[in-house]
Amino acid sequence: MTEAERWQLRLYVAGKSPKSMAAFANLTKLCEEHLADRYTIEVIDLIEHPQLAAGDQIVAIPTLVRKLPEPLRRIVGDLSNTERTLIGLQLRPATSSD
Amino acid sequence: MAKAVNSKSPKHPRLPKAPTGIQGLDEITDGGFPRGRPTLICGSAGCGKTLMAMEFLIRGATEYGEPGVFMAFEETSEELAQNVSSLGFDLDKLIADKQVVVDYVRVERNEIEETGDYDLEGLFVRLGYAIDTVGAKRVVLDTIEALFGGLSNQGILRAELRRLFRWLKDKGVTAVITGERGDGELTRHGLEEYVSDCVVFLDHRVIEQVSTRRIRIVKYRGTVHGTNEYPFLIDEDGISVLPITSLGLQHVVTDDRIPSGVTRLDAMLGGKGYFRASTILVSGTAGSGKSSLAAHFIDAACRRKEKCLYFAFEESPAQIVRNMRSIGIDLEPWVTKDLLRFRAMRSSMHGLEMHLATIHKIIRDYRPSVVVVDPVGSLLQVGSLKDTTAMLTRLTDFLKSEGITAFFTNLTAGDQALETSDVDISSLVDTWLLLRDIELGGERNRAMYVLKSRGMAHSNQIREFVLTNHGIDLLDVYLGPEGVLTGSARLSQEAREKAADAARRDTVAGRLRELEVKREALEARIGALRMEFEATEHATRQGIDRDQAHDDAMLRHREAMAASRRADQAVPATPPTPTSKRQRGAR
Repeated sequence: MTEAERWQLRLYVAGKSPKSMAAFANLTKLCEEHLADRYTIEVIDLIEHPQLAAGDQIVAIPTLVRKLPEPLRRIVGDLSNTERTLIGLQLRPATSSD
Repeated sequence: MAKAVNSKSPKHPRLPKAPTGIQGLDEITDGGFPRGRPTLICGSAGCGKTLMAMEFLIRGATEYGEPGVFMAFEETSEELAQNVSSLGFDLDKLIADKQVVVDYVRVERNEIEETGDYDLEGLFVRLGYAIDTVGAKRVVLDTIEALFGGLSNQGILRAELRRLFRWLKDKGVTAVITGERGDGELTRHGLEEYVSDCVVFLDHRVIEQVSTRRIRIVKYRGTVHGTNEYPFLIDEDGISVLPITSLGLQHVVTDDRIPSGVTRLDAMLGGKGYFRASTILVSGTAGSGKSSLAAHFIDAACRRKEKCLYFAFEESPAQIVRNMRSIGIDLEPWVTKDLLRFRAMRSSMHGLEMHLATIHKIIRDYRPSVVVVDPVGSLLQVGSLKDTTAMLTRLTDFLKSEGITAFFTNLTAGDQALETSDVDISSLVDTWLLLRDIELGGERNRAMYVLKSRGMAHSNQIREFVLTNHGIDLLDVYLGPEGVLTGSARLSQEAREKAADAARRDTVAGRLRELEVKREALEARIGALRMEFEATEHATRQGIDRDQAHDDAMLRHREAMAASRRADQAVPATPPTPTSKRQRGAR
């Protein structure tokens, strides 16, 4: 994990639903904490751009897709479970209790 | 009079249906799947669910002008296109023409981390987008159970599925959902609780190395449907379901008669031949001439320009044509003119249901007037006696309802009593010809008789026949003290009778000659007597004439004397005699 590596995150939401808002809030907070300035968050509203759902195989909303660094990771949910979110983003190794 | 008891209340509106276009399926569902509602197709792996769903969608687009969306959860778009191209469907073209949209949804559990509350709005968005793109009226979700594998929160999943089906209904699309069969359940994840309007179950069984596919309508709300299993097959035209034909025995009958192809046999059948659309069975031991009779029948039908279909389970078509040529029947020209089609296969190739479904399909495509099945008994290789009889019952029902004349041959073992047949359809058939070999005096000769023929007066005579190089020839009947004489016994009897005839004729001729002789003798005698009589008559008459002349002379003399003596003239000298009186009157 080099310092220069830039994280590219895409958050798929559907309108301004509570889950979508919560996910966005949780994500920004988490990124500030763990990725300070190394990240870009792209928010894609599928209500406005439905044709973009197929590209990243989006089924659940909200879904966070880590496009960079590879490999591609998909995290589903409002990201309220920080622990799991970090594991999903591979910012924390999965513990043996999982 | 009261209406039929089982009619539905007229106020109940008829459920609108989306026709599937799948051969036979619209019949057993009475019109297709429920329109605007979800239908569940479930079954084990490889039973044909995806194919049926795809055919529903494709035919909807090509035949009914209803574009569709296929959400594939298990196969990619390319894999799907490949699989259905073998059935003659060009999926890529339909996609290019915007008649069908295929969206491949991948849910891999190891790619996903679940971190809180979520819903499946993404799926809804994709589905909605796809539907709106082509204006779809039909949707397939194959198989939505993949979501259960990818996402672990069952609570969310089930709630969203409920929402999905409500959403589909609101969209007004006719949806087909596929589900994998569970242990003891219809589906592994209980999809049937969401899809309650119509549930169809596909089964693919392999029994004794023979595979059979069956479909069953488990549930169809608002429609009367058959609850039986119907066999179906998948071939290069897609899926073909075999609807069980009317077992209600309501066939329309005809009085038309068609010739058997052997003139003297027609004479045995009330003078006119078989009834059209009847079922004819010819049974006999090996080599007794059953196929030859079939060939005669076909030849006669083809001459009338009627189409014939020959299902051969034991010989190849080339062999049959060659063998029939040796008895003077050339079937080749009929094949060339497409008045005769052969379909040859070993009975062990398929299960009974497949055979029946295949036969149905070929008959539907070709529309023959005559169908030959030679021999029916070979179907026993793939089914129990009970199953084979049931299948043949359905076949004869189907043929009768189509007005097709059926000609079955059956092999009987040599040592059995010939009136029992192992495949016992003897009660189904209308005309039963028995071919038997008569063994007499060290020879076996062929004979046939009409065991039964419903609806006509038929001969009960056992007739000998031979296979000559100009076909089957029924020979005259010769009865001896042991029964019908055949072969050389018949020949010697014929000779004996001829000789006896000749002898009798000789005797008669002799007697007639004798009579002639006697007549001539009589004539001669009569001639002689007559001459004698004539001579006597002549002499007598001469005598009479002489006497008469003498009398006349005497009278004249006396008168002359009286006149010359001038005696008394007033009194005659002698009393007048009749002759003289006459003579005097004559002067």
